[in-house]
Amino acid sequence: MSTQHAPAIDGEFARPRPTLWQKIIAKQAFWVTLAVIIIPIVMTFVEPTFSGAFFKEDNFFNTTRNFAFIAIMALGQVAVMITGGIDLAVGSTLAVCGIVLGLLMESGYSFWTAALACIITGILIGAVNGYLIAYWRLSPFVVTLGMLSIGRSLALAISNNKFFHRFGPDRDLLIEIGGGKTFGIANPVIVLIILALIMGFIFKYTRYGRHLYAIGGNEHASQLSGVPVDVLKLSVYVLSSFMTAISAILMVGWLGSVTNGIGIGYELRVIASTVIGGVNLLGGEGGAYAVVVGAALIEIIRNSLLLAGVDPYWQGTFVGMFIIFAVLLERVRGRKVG
Amino acid sequence: MPLLEMNGIAMRFGAIEALAGVDFTLEAGKITGLMGDNGAGKSTLVKIIAGNFPPSEGEVKLEGKPVHFHKPVDARAAGIEVVYQDLAICNNLTASANVFLGREEMHGIWPVRILNEWKMSARARELFAELKSETRPDDVVRQMSGGQRQAVAIARTHLSKAKIVLMDEPTAAISVRQVAEVLELLKRLRDQGMAVVLISHRMPDVFAVADQIVVLRRGHKVADKPIVQSSPEEVTGLITGAIRAA
Repeated sequence: MSTQHAPAIDGEFARPRPTLWQKIIAKQAFWVTLAVIIIPIVMTFVEPTFSGAFFKEDNFFNTTRNFAFIAIMALGQVAVMITGGIDLAVGSTLAVCGIVLGLLMESGYSFWTAALACIITGILIGAVNGYLIAYWRLSPFVVTLGMLSIGRSLALAISNNKFFHRFGPDRDLLIEIGGGKTFGIANPVIVLIILALIMGFIFKYTRYGRHLYAIGGNEHASQLSGVPVDVLKLSVYVLSSFMTAISAILMVGWLGSVTNGIGIGYELRVIASTVIGGVNLLGGEGGAYAVVVGAALIEIIRNSLLLAGVDPYWQGTFVGMFIIFAVLLERVRGRKVG
Repeated sequence: MPLLEMNGIAMRFGAIEALAGVDFTLEAGKITGLMGDNGAGKSTLVKIIAGNFPPSEGEVKLEGKPVHFHKPVDARAAGIEVVYQDLAICNNLTASANVFLGREEMHGIWPVRILNEWKMSARARELFAELKSETRPDDVVRQMSGGQRQAVAIARTHLSKAKIVLMDEPTAAISVRQVAEVLELLKRLRDQGMAVVLISHRMPDVFAVADQIVVLRRGHKVADKPIVQSSPEEVTGLITGAIRAA
């Protein structure tokens, strides 16, 4: 055995290995989590009347529940975005799914039948999007933009512009699932936690998850390596719509009614959550935790402004500033870690 | 018996004839330099071997048995690995994830099968050590130098004991010092009994390591001989057409 140091083909001195701390601070989700913790605390000092309000059980309950609907949708959206795609149709998909649920329950079907139909509707919409994108190689932006329009129009047509609120024999069950709580936590939040854990596990530990990141990193290389790119691309749009259907069931239960106007503009809130969480629009990056804290931050900003007595008209400005700030932060991080 | 034997290969893309009646053989433990000008048919020939598409005409035999590849994965399963010019690696993944992409090691019982990161990382570390590369398996490729990326792409061909390794311009994008190391690496692959195809524009590289030289011009093979019987001047003449055939 020669002890002589062999020249390496890389020929460069390797960079020092980043420490665990450096890895953590390089993650946008870390900074967002920090903001989620700090904003309410700071607001408590700035606005004396605020301290009581934010940490009151009611407000905490409402805030967590309000962002759960968006965060569940964002869990599907992030899978799409990891592959480098985007799903703009989620707001309209939410409406179609919600209307299907409401219509069937109002016609006397059981909650479970209606919920199953709602989920199947979501899966079908996602399958159409995914099929056109993966197999016809159409741009995700354009296909899902088209579906945004189609979905909203379908919701109008199916509902015949009616308002559903009676929901037939299983009304109480629906209201309980969406609006109730278990162990003091709002049911949508529990669903969110379960789904986030499952998605986090899938992204990090499974071959499916690994392949999604690979597609976002280099689609052609993935194809050459035998990654079933087309099937996986189809699957993420189905996943996104599936999550949206779950969110629709919970949201309709919480609202206690559904109209075809439900979910207008939600695609932007969902995408904003992913961007604030540090998901790269070009693909290859993102995770379940990141989008959940991203969604949480938006809701906390809104809630804090509301409690601080800021005119609600200004909410959008603040949320927008945070989105731009998130992208800026990403660039700063990018420079540091290369 | 040659490891790979291709007879009368023709490839047409519409009216364009990229290859016409090319015979091509590869033997184990030899480096074949494949040269030719842009558009001479090098890439087409390599893509046929790598299974990107079947030839319009002609037969391909691997170890004496006819084979028909329709996807790159088919060729890889048969022991043919390609290192693409752009390296075909994912910048957002770790070195080890790239080496094992599409061939991940798993553990656990269905339906909960999870990635065996520890095993993949350990194996990748061994491969990099064999290649005398300092690449660390758990580093993300985005942060690596050109040579390290090359090492990742080459380590991937080492994962399964490949019979044939096709290298498309492996020395085009790296520094002079790293070129020498990559060429050493090619010799090491040859000494392990692999058939190596070196596609390169760099005449000195080809003459430094190749045993056999094949020159293509406008879809025809114009030379196929031991490199000791040729010279850079002759090859230049063959590539440009100044010499008709040799």
